[in-house]
Amino acid sequence: MATYLEFIQQNEERDGVRFSWNVWPSSRLEATRMVVPLACLLTPLKERLDLPPVQYEPVLCSRQTCKAVLNPLCQVDYRAKLWACNFCFQRNQFPPAYAGISEINQPAELMPQFSTIEYIVQRGSPTPLIFLYVVDTCLEEEDLQALKESLQMSLSLLPPEALVGLITFGRMVQVHELSCEGISKSYVFRGTKDLTAKQIQDMLGLTRPVVPVQQGRPLQPQEQPPISSRFLQPVHKIDMNLTDLLGELQRDPWPVTQGKRPLRSTGVALSIAVGLLEGTFPNTGARIMLFTGGPPTQGPGMVVGDELKTPIRSWHDIEKDNARFMKKATKHYETLANRTAANGHCIDIYACALDQTGLLEMKCCANLTGGHMMMGDSFNTSLFKQTFQRVFSKDFNGEFRMAFGATLEVKTSRELKISGAIGPCISLNAKGPCVSENELGIGGTCQWKICSLDPSSTLAIYFEVVNQHNAPIPQGGRGAVQFVTQYQHSSTQRRIRVTTIARNWADAQSQLQHIEAAFDQEVAAVLMARLGVYRAESEEGPDVLRWLDRQLIRLCQKFGQYNKDDPNSFRLSDSFSLYPQFMFHLRRSPFLQVFNNSPDESSFYRHHFSRQDLTQSLIMIQPILYSYSFSGPPEPVLLDSSSILADRILLMDTFFQIVIYHGETIAQWQKAGYQDMPEYENFKHLLQAPLDDAQEILQTRFPMPRYINTEHGSSQARFLLSKVNPSQTHNNLYAWGQESGSPILTDDVSLQVFMDHLKKLAVSSAS
Amino acid sequence: MTICLLEAAAGCRRPASLTLLLFVIQGEKSLLLVENFAEIASPLEIHSLPYSMFFSLLLILQIQVIENDKASRGGQIYATNIRGQVPPLVTTDCVIQDQGNASPRYIRCTAYCFPSSSDMAKQAQIPLAAIIKPFAAVPPNETPLYVVNHGETGPIRCNRCKAYMCPFMQFIEGGRKYQCGFCNCINDVPPFFFQHLDHIGRRTDHYERPELSLGSYEYVATLDYCRNNKPPNSPAYIFMIDVSYSNIKSGLVKLICNELKTVLDNLPREEQEETSAIRVGFVTYNKVLHFFNVKSNLAQPQMMVVSDVGEVFVPLLDGFLVNFQESRSVVNNLLDQIPEMFADTNESETVFAPVIQAGMEALKAAECAGKLFIFHSSLPTAEAPGKLKNRDDKKLINTDKEKILFQPQTNIYESLARDCVANGCCVNLFLFPNQYVDVASMGLVTMYTGGTLYKYNNFQVHSDGPQFLSDLRKEIGKKTGFDAIMRVRTSTGFRATDFFGAIYMNNTTDVEMAAVDCDKAITVEFKHDDKLNEDSGALIQCAVLYTSISGQRRLRIHNIGLNCSSQLADLYKSCETDALINFFAKSAFKAILSQPLKTIREILVSQTARMLACYRKNCASPSAVSQLILPDAMKVLPVYINCLLKSCVLVGRPEIPTDERAYHRQLVMSMDVADTQLFFYPQLLPIVSIHLNDAFPTAVRCSEERLSEGGVFFLANGLNMFLWLGVSTPPELIQGIFNVPSFAHISTETLLPEVDNPYSKKLRSIMDYIQSNRPYSMKLLIAKQREQAEMLFRQYLVEDKGLYGGASYVDFLCCVHKEICQLLS
Repeated sequence: MATYLEFIQQNEERDGVRFSWNVWPSSRLEATRMVVPLACLLTPLKERLDLPPVQYEPVLCSRQTCKAVLNPLCQVDYRAKLWACNFCFQRNQFPPAYAGISEINQPAELMPQFSTIEYIVQRGSPTPLIFLYVVDTCLEEEDLQALKESLQMSLSLLPPEALVGLITFGRMVQVHELSCEGISKSYVFRGTKDLTAKQIQDMLGLTRPVVPVQQGRPLQPQEQPPISSRFLQPVHKIDMNLTDLLGELQRDPWPVTQGKRPLRSTGVALSIAVGLLEGTFPNTGARIMLFTGGPPTQGPGMVVGDELKTPIRSWHDIEKDNARFMKKATKHYETLANRTAANGHCIDIYACALDQTGLLEMKCCANLTGGHMMMGDSFNTSLFKQTFQRVFSKDFNGEFRMAFGATLEVKTSRELKISGAIGPCISLNAKGPCVSENELGIGGTCQWKICSLDPSSTLAIYFEVVNQHNAPIPQGGRGAVQFVTQYQHSSTQRRIRVTTIARNWADAQSQLQHIEAAFDQEVAAVLMARLGVYRAESEEGPDVLRWLDRQLIRLCQKFGQYNKDDPNSFRLSDSFSLYPQFMFHLRRSPFLQVFNNSPDESSFYRHHFSRQDLTQSLIMIQPILYSYSFSGPPEPVLLDSSSILADRILLMDTFFQIVIYHGETIAQWQKAGYQDMPEYENFKHLLQAPLDDAQEILQTRFPMPRYINTEHGSSQARFLLSKVNPSQTHNNLYAWGQESGSPILTDDVSLQVFMDHLKKLAVSSAS
Repeated sequence: MTICLLEAAAGCRRPASLTLLLFVIQGEKSLLLVENFAEIASPLEIHSLPYSMFFSLLLILQIQVIENDKASRGGQIYATNIRGQVPPLVTTDCVIQDQGNASPRYIRCTAYCFPSSSDMAKQAQIPLAAIIKPFAAVPPNETPLYVVNHGETGPIRCNRCKAYMCPFMQFIEGGRKYQCGFCNCINDVPPFFFQHLDHIGRRTDHYERPELSLGSYEYVATLDYCRNNKPPNSPAYIFMIDVSYSNIKSGLVKLICNELKTVLDNLPREEQEETSAIRVGFVTYNKVLHFFNVKSNLAQPQMMVVSDVGEVFVPLLDGFLVNFQESRSVVNNLLDQIPEMFADTNESETVFAPVIQAGMEALKAAECAGKLFIFHSSLPTAEAPGKLKNRDDKKLINTDKEKILFQPQTNIYESLARDCVANGCCVNLFLFPNQYVDVASMGLVTMYTGGTLYKYNNFQVHSDGPQFLSDLRKEIGKKTGFDAIMRVRTSTGFRATDFFGAIYMNNTTDVEMAAVDCDKAITVEFKHDDKLNEDSGALIQCAVLYTSISGQRRLRIHNIGLNCSSQLADLYKSCETDALINFFAKSAFKAILSQPLKTIREILVSQTARMLACYRKNCASPSAVSQLILPDAMKVLPVYINCLLKSCVLVGRPEIPTDERAYHRQLVMSMDVADTQLFFYPQLLPIVSIHLNDAFPTAVRCSEERLSEGGVFFLANGLNMFLWLGVSTPPELIQGIFNVPSFAHISTETLLPEVDNPYSKKLRSIMDYIQSNRPYSMKLLIAKQREQAEMLFRQYLVEDKGLYGGASYVDFLCCVHKEICQLLS
């Protein structure tokens, strides 16, 4: 039999699913003793080159409460043309179209290799994709120019039939009418007044006047052009017009006096964007793309006043309950986010400013709707330009890597219940027999809405084993989970992707080693981290850290091998060996530590952590460090201060940053210009190698990471120094000797100290 | 001269109920030399005259008084060097020379000699008032106002009463101190202003300084006089066009847009400057508002729609108010496009209060004062603040509730007016109604902000267009003071108690005007609060702080000194009837809001009677009680009072549209003396023999009896012009004027053609002359005898019995006479 590592990888590639446990403890009690919950990371739209969608409707279980999709795990009676649902055991007739099936003539969904299958269904008329730009005009001239160019460029990337709209805002909010000839026309709203969706639609003239129905004459809806056409127009019709409009876009004309921030009505602008789409295209795939260059400073959703002398809230202010506008603003954006999600639209936030822009308050807009969040210093940077461009990247079929208005439904076999999900989703509040009362993340439902997702969007889904200890599962029994994702493909087709997986049950008392061996520590680390980050959003940081520590100690106690009270005897098996290290780095990560990060940065980091797939999440927890030197080919090295050597070039990928660090000697050589001398061409190659590798990462990453090229002693080196394990600090410098690595000036504990404590606590009989 | 009415002998054809009257004319025979009565040498002969003739004799006076004054003072130089001298009548052209008192163009008083005590004033019942027209236009042959600039120190003012330095300040102690003429406080002369006195105690620089030698002059104000202590920005004009269905369909929008393209070149500017500093902005609206960005660097204007009419705001600042010269191409582009943009509109609902609000907010945001030009046609029924409903109710007429019709429907307009005034936003309203639009409500803001209301009923582009455009041109080109505040100071013993006009008053002393133009007059009533000193007289200083068209903060000071006397005869001698009528009209029209019409009319009649009775009792030489004796200065008072009583505002009849009454009421409130004179007693000119000489025809009295079948008569009252054609008008006259062969060919629909012959030229020159210096353009209506239009014309024959009630002159005279008799007995 293949190793679990292979099994896990194979499953991930086929289904986009990775479970924390691949053999499941068979009772509720045992499951809770496993410390790490039974959970999985699911990438609903994982790119599968070998998965051609089928062009028919899925077959559903006829039991109203179940409606599971026919899958390879179902028992089929080919003669009676019956199939038994593997979730509720209902026996179902095949639909008439399946009359010809037999053991050798199976439909795809019954074949084992199609545990994940995608259906294309024909429902309703396809509606084009909608892109609504919401653009801040309180920008510096240079920034605005860059943003305008980016937006103009983006028009060429949109599908020609896609609808596009433009809202600009500053002190006022302008909704631009795109259809008119000649004079450019826009509807203007006060930036300080929150309007209901109804008011917005009235003011934009979107409500149709009541036309008295004439007797004996059937209503002909085709008579009137679609009323929304004024604000949302097909790209191919108005791209020239819109390009000109964008070109003429001026900076917000209202004077900003010395010592004031420009008045920016982001809250109302978003509200209008949401209201506009709500009234015109509910339940259609639509992206609201917010481009903002500063914090909202007036009206509902304002984050900071316009006085420059009062700075925008910091973590310190928030702890001291000193952030005046935070609660109200957050509530405003939450309401908007919920409305947006209810309509199946999504909100992207592209925030470019040197100071904070209020991402903390606005984060829910992106988080709940599956929108993107991007943070940069200026719109005139490649960071923004390329990130924005990448939003419109296409897959190998030439389709956009984006999907809209998805609902994810999870079905479980009877022994399992669903505790919740963490990811870019919102609860649909669908109660059912398989919904657990114990919530983890967004719980209390078996269905979630994901308004926008791309092939890398990943949700963590947490389960609870509900089988009682005294009701054992027969030997060889398997638990099954089915994920049904319905979504609007970027080609505007409706599609349904169904993934059905099964795992073996095992009795934790007699077969603990099986369960232990089937532990997936990588995904477990990410799943625990997501829980931690989810908690950190609502709880105090230290509480979360304490909870994580406790979980780690309990895990070590449960699965470590040791003699009581003898830390030196402590051992962990291979399948757990990396887990404590992940936890160490997670504790230090910006997802849980707010020190040195603004609230906006924390929100940004957490946003991405809660939606990226496993590989990316692991990089975020524990950045990757590569070393380039003359002593051998490039190799990954420990994320440790001992890896920082004078004759090395280091390449660190933290997901958000790519750091190239030249060791002291390398930097001196480079300054001396050796790379330009023909006899030192190998040095030139050495310098080039990390650049090429970095380029490769930059090419695929979304959002674009911050690219930092630095060297020993430079201020930018802090990005590297803050990430590595501080094994050498000013405290123990001499104990370690000067030869290896460079000391970090920090009081943080190193991995070694952390592990020593962990061992001590794990083996302690007191706890 | 005194006119006596004696009891007449039998033989006159008079209704039996009325006392028969006889005229005895004493002195001034010239009066009788006109017309056919010249040969009447002896008063006794009048006995034998038929009633109608005797009637004419009486009524010749009104015209004659004007003609006499013209003859005696017209064309001369009138110097204002003597305190308390009565100026020539408003109808008389003369050159006025400021020699220490304000020109009568700026201030006219009801009496130039005030009674010295309040008891005396009560006895005489003559209202003491001044009609101040602070920005009156001055003919080119008179000197414009001098501007005094004291630099950073600003104007010199009395420490106690804050009166400004003026010819009434007495310099004492060798010129080191001066005594304020108003409060008698002794002030130090500021060192920079010191000057030695000459042998008669006058400063040696008396004639070099306008503030010492002139009645009217201007001061440059310092920052202390500015809003927020910041120099004001130059004012702005915002054009706000109703683009609802009816205005588009009637072609009005197109007309306005076309006109604006050229008329904006004539924005007012300071004499010495090449271009106007005034900026312009454009808004169109129906149920929502459209603002336009016409910044000069734009290729195309940009339209911004504000649909939040509940809480309207200005969507843009930069680019909304622009210099017309700089943005000409964008503005012209916009004006070309507006009619097309809304060409297929079917929006018929409009908002109104939000429009004013928007304009006001725009000016506020731009931190400048200015004027709104609103072109509106219908009752604002769209859901918005200031929404109005048709509340016209004929049943209320002649009841105690009639006043409701003149009050605004909602108080939104009042608070809006207050905000406008506070922000220096003057609202000019051009109304084009086809039905009731509630002028009383809609015109309120215009009234309070010193704006002008224009109304064109059933507007037709081809027939009413020229009149409207001429009004528009005039309104745009008017010399105006913006963001003005006026204060009237008086010497001790009396004070200003009441103010009438297109003004807003937050307290009892400060007259606030968002703008005040050359046609707006404020009537100020004075009351005694102590005895007046006959030597020092009654002094009045009117100071207007305002922002000039170039955005300079200035003070305009008008000073006038009046005499005081304890003799009633002096008072009656110094009265000015035209000013009295102005006062009576304004106070009556103001009282409409609070009192029933009947009461107001009674008060007017009884006050007239008391004034005359007091004269009769105290000043006239003893004679029989039954004689009606009128003071010389008031001989035309009864005819004017009768005209006032007959004005449609004071005559409640269902046939008269409520809007028309409210409109007239509002117009009169801001009129000056000349305007009220013409408005209440129209000018009727016979045009029979105009070609014979170049002289301006002499007016005849407004009575049907003066019309003749064979004549053409021209009538104007400042709002309307009529050309009345008798049935047997000579064909050559008709050919000359209308270029048609006969009476029957004349169409009343057409405009007066421009024909190259003496008749036409002369007629048009008369029309031009009448039209000049009048605030409103008059539309010419052609009334052919015995045709429908004649009825309209008839109501302006104010000496006859009114169409809608109202006594004829003689009936009224009898009535007053009766009252006087009662008072005397």
